[in-house]
Amino acid sequence: MSQLIQLQANGQARVVEDTWTRVIPPAAADAAVRKQAGKVVLFKLTGEASFTEEQLAQTHIPPTGNILVPLAVWQAHKATLQPRLAAGEIGIVLATHETVEALQAEFADLNQLPLIAIFVERFSDGRIFTLGHWLRSRCGFKNELRAIGDVLRDQLFFHKRAGFNSFLIRADRSAEAALSGLNDFSQPYQGAVDDVPVWRRLNRSQA
Amino acid sequence: MYKYDPIDQQLINERVAQYRDQTRRFLAGELSDDEFRPLRLQNGLYIQRHAPMLRIAVPYGLLSSKQLRKLADIATRYDRGYGHFSTRQNMQLNWPKLEDTPEILAELATVEMHAIQTSGNCIRNITTDQFAGIAPDEIIDPRAIAEIMRQWSTFHPEFALLPRKFKIAVSGTEQDRAIVQAHDIGLEFYLDAHGQMAIKVWVGGGLGRTPILGTVIREHLEWQHVLSYCEAIIRVYNVHGRRDNIYKARIKILVKALGIDEFKRQVEAEWAHLKDGPLTITQAELDRVAHYFEPMPYQTLPAHDASFDAALASNPAFAAWVKRCVHAHRVPGYRAVTLSLKPHGKAPGDITSEQMHVVADLADAYSFGELRSSHEQNLILADVRLSDLFAVWEKARAAGLATPNIGLLTDIICCPGGDFCSLANAKSIPIAEAIQRQFDNLDYLYDIGELELNISGCMNACGHHHVGHIGILGVDKDGSEWYQVTIGGKQGKDASIGTVIGPSFSAEEMPGVVQRLIEVYVRERQDEERFIDTVRRIGIAPFKAHVYAEQEVVS
Ligand code: SF4
Repeated sequence: MSQLIQLQANGQARVVEDTWTRVIPPAAADAAVRKQAGKVVLFKLTGEASFTEEQLAQTHIPPTGNILVPLAVWQAHKATLQPRLAAGEIGIVLATHETVEALQAEFADLNQLPLIAIFVERFSDGRIFTLGHWLRSRCGFKNELRAIGDVLRDQLFFHKRAGFNSFLIRADRSAEAALSGLNDFSQPYQGAVDDVPVWRRLNRSQA
Repeated sequence: MYKYDPIDQQLINERVAQYRDQTRRFLAGELSDDEFRPLRLQNGLYIQRHAPMLRIAVPYGLLSSKQLRKLADIATRYDRGYGHFSTRQNMQLNWPKLEDTPEILAELATVEMHAIQTSGNCIRNITTDQFAGIAPDEIIDPRAIAEIMRQWSTFHPEFALLPRKFKIAVSGTEQDRAIVQAHDIGLEFYLDAHGQMAIKVWVGGGLGRTPILGTVIREHLEWQHVLSYCEAIIRVYNVHGRRDNIYKARIKILVKALGIDEFKRQVEAEWAHLKDGPLTITQAELDRVAHYFEPMPYQTLPAHDASFDAALASNPAFAAWVKRCVHAHRVPGYRAVTLSLKPHGKAPGDITSEQMHVVADLADAYSFGELRSSHEQNLILADVRLSDLFAVWEKARAAGLATPNIGLLTDIICCPGGDFCSLANAKSIPIAEAIQRQFDNLDYLYDIGELELNISGCMNACGHHHVGHIGILGVDKDGSEWYQVTIGGKQGKDASIGTVIGPSFSAEEMPGVVQRLIEVYVRERQDEERFIDTVRRIGIAPFKAHVYAEQEVVS
């Protein structure tokens, strides 16, 4: 069963096969637990490095097919990956603590990328929404924008409004069941990537 | 007040359905504790010491009599027959069952109420002055913009999971009663040089563990841009606020770390992309919403009323109540009335279902069917005729709602504390009750005069202890409950954060400590000086000396 939900051009959502292979660096050797104020740190700060050089060097990259690579992996391997970018085989994963500026620094035209995925390690990390917003409204990114990682039904409506059009539901949850989360509300109040504020959308004055 | 149109109602109904399904999935084991937590919190549901606590939104403190009756019925049916007004103008139920909460929300939806975003790491209920629209010192009634902002912030897709909670207050008066400087964003409305409604924007204020007053990020913002400007601020915060340490996650820490100049630079750079875009509020939308906040259909009345004057002259108890609980109104012949939820010896802010019915009836009979809650945890009838005050007083007094102590020492702001709250270091309600008993002499209270005493059960500061003239904070010392005392805090335009006077005290010592603080004030005060003025003039040293000196003799 596929975990991938895709919004179609007509606004309908469907569970579809995932044609992309994710490239994931091996785990870090010294995965020391970081603590702050006695609690395990769950979130990286915006701007923190994602992988060590060692991890990046040891990352296995499949030789063919569509691959979804973390931005840092692209940076480390771009000499060899460049031709595949031209062939439309490269999608980029940005983590929620990484910046849109870093992505733009690599790709003058983001629309060269058929797919950008934002990886959210914990669903409660709301940076994913602002990144989606920026990619769509500021950077003019028009292709597939995918939420991956700890992606759950109860946040899908927000993801959608922040500009995402595909959603890779966490492996232990049903993508079919999550579909309904995309339609929790029919007339949201505020403007977002997908729409203007309700008072510009509809005539409320007759109330 | 604002009335829902079909769009508002549908949204609330859809929320009930969504939450009902989320609760069902949680109870069926399909959602983990961690997954359900933000969902229930954003519906106002905490898991507390004894039971869940449900916090119901009272947007900017405005309620209709119909809504209050519904709250009374809910408190009777699903709780223990009482509710508690919080310092954010909301109502809290202390004993609902988790399984019942979807049903409670469905009931609330029938009277245009909800519990959306009353907790959690999102934009919370927007608070304002309890006298908005009627205060003589008001320059601009901020409620229409507050309602527009309520709608904008409700289920905001980008700001649903911020680093930490986010509180906004609005005020449009000379004398700020909404403590805008103690909020993540404070919006101070004024008329600019062109006579247009404009906003001074404060950012990064907050109480809690690191109390700090806000900084002005923009002196002049045209009202049309309030949504885009707030969106720019919160976007910068969403990305750069610290998520690695819960104690450093509020926007005030980010503003401090970057410095206001750099923070402002980032906000303004972001805003440049948004300004004049679709978030710009149109005159038509402002007018549509402002229409709901037009002045009440007041009668033309003389400024004086003979029956009122006669009652005042002949009835000292009534006169005392009028002095403390009746407030000026901008329309001749009308007054605002505060119904005290601070009877001596009872938990501040608590109200029984029967009392809610009484208040609803009073609102219907004497105040256009509306009422307000204040951050001082009292209820207000905003539009009472002078000639009706005596009748209101008699009925309120019969229901225990006319303690003439508003603004006095026993009008204590107090969080639920260790009796209910699982975060508490110490109990707060019994301290409030003990102090109220210690000062249960009205003549003495009047002699002491205006004094704000605020109590929080832990450094989350829900009881706003930092801005109390006397602030009391529950602290934990080796597993037992102690209380730290600050003096010199103040809300309003000249807000300040109180100073700790020294080592903390046990619960039994607290009434005596307050007593000794008052003794120094009574000894030192000049002319018409209030407690806070004396503290500001002479500093904390004389207070400290007296409080600790006597203690050594005693023990
Ligand atoms: S101040 Fe602390 S104890 Fe009091 S209600 Fe807030 S969190 Fe609970």
